[in-house]
Amino acid sequence: MELLSANPGAAVFAGATDLIPQIQAGRPEPTLAVDLKRIPETGRIENSGGFWRVGAAIPAAVLTAHAGLSAAFPGLVEGAGLIGSDQIQGRATLGGNLCNASPAADSVPPLVALGAEAIIVGRGGERSAQVSEVVIGPSATSLDQSEFITEFRIPAPSRGSSDAYERFIPRTEMDIAVVGAAARIRVDGDGRCEEAAVVLAAVAPTVVEVSAASGILEGRVIPHYSGRDAFWDELGEAVVACCNPIDDKRGTAEYRRKVAQVLARRTVVTAARRARETL
Amino acid sequence: MSRTHVTCVLNGDEIDFLCNDYQTLLSALRDELGMIGTKEGCGTGDCGACSVILDGQLVCSCLVFAPEVEGRRVETIEGLAEVDHLHPLQDSFLEGAAFQCGVCTPGFLMAAKALLDRNPSPTETEVRYGVAGNLCRCTGYDKIVRSILDAAARMSDPERQKEAT
Repeated sequence: MELLSANPGAAVFAGATDLIPQIQAGRPEPTLAVDLKRIPETGRIENSGGFWRVGAAIPAAVLTAHAGLSAAFPGLVEGAGLIGSDQIQGRATLGGNLCNASPAADSVPPLVALGAEAIIVGRGGERSAQVSEVVIGPSATSLDQSEFITEFRIPAPSRGSSDAYERFIPRTEMDIAVVGAAARIRVDGDGRCEEAAVVLAAVAPTVVEVSAASGILEGRVIPHYSGRDAFWDELGEAVVACCNPIDDKRGTAEYRRKVAQVLARRTVVTAARRARETL
Repeated sequence: MSRTHVTCVLNGDEIDFLCNDYQTLLSALRDELGMIGTKEGCGTGDCGACSVILDGQLVCSCLVFAPEVEGRRVETIEGLAEVDHLHPLQDSFLEGAAFQCGVCTPGFLMAAKALLDRNPSPTETEVRYGVAGNLCRCTGYDKIVRSILDAAARMSDPERQKEAT
């Protein structure tokens, strides 16, 4: 932190999968580059006291190979497992995926849906913030120059709770999400939804939570999508109301609104099925 | 400009080299150590030509700062073959004509090695995902995928292993 405070041109990195291409593309070399991987807290995975603590500088390949984490948060692991190629996953991290502040970051919607907190250290000491509060716009975060994320604190899933993430890309691999959607669902002993969170990527300047989703889904037994149940239309409308997409080479705004509805339904169905399987 | 002294284990041997702070591992391998088997394609992590294995993890060496490998293990294409015989992947690539111009080949071989290290008998789909981070402009990929599957079969069959040595 002292190094970062004293060097206004300093940068922190973990996987450097964004920093190095930025330097290659002409960004001035930082006056100092601090490798966060050498700080022990950033490399730990622990489950205790009702929370999982997941280091911010752990490569995606380590997360996807972690059996306990994959069982607890299949959706988060799905998101991390979609970031780039195997080569990129050998380097890319949750902390970097969040702080690069792309609206299309694949691991961020699951973190938000899970209610994860980022543990942030800096000149002022340690603080925590909801992951949803870290990114304030494309390439912009609420962290100050001296701050970085050491780890994420994720509430351990209760019985009957699970998550899912899906993205749409026109290829089969190695692409950036046109739309991404994460869902976390908790069901009771009868398979009835007690709690729901739906979060979208690449449809607005930051990832967005569909706050109306819980009101629409709670109390229902979530079936496969059939088109017959009116609440799917309600969910679709709530999704569209949260979207503020742009037209770009990956897709038009109208297309993104449609795909967001489809992915939201699919991840809700998948998360609900996984949640029932934990009972 | 003062240079950074880095010590690491490269293909099993402890070595050291001097590099600049923002030099990539790729550049250090090629320009400081003369290990030119690792190729530069895009330089931005998209093509996989510079793939190496760092502490067991497949990475693009163009996306690693050279000073980061202090104290770590690096495996490159130069370490793939044994002294007197090729790695089964190399045999399969040769026999299956899995390369034409050859620039992508070291990266494909390292990605394939990383894949077979963690999954000795992959399906064709798993192979295609395993090398999805590697681009080839010559072969159309099919011969590469077949050669990796052939190498996996070769490595799990003791009879064929004997034959190769």
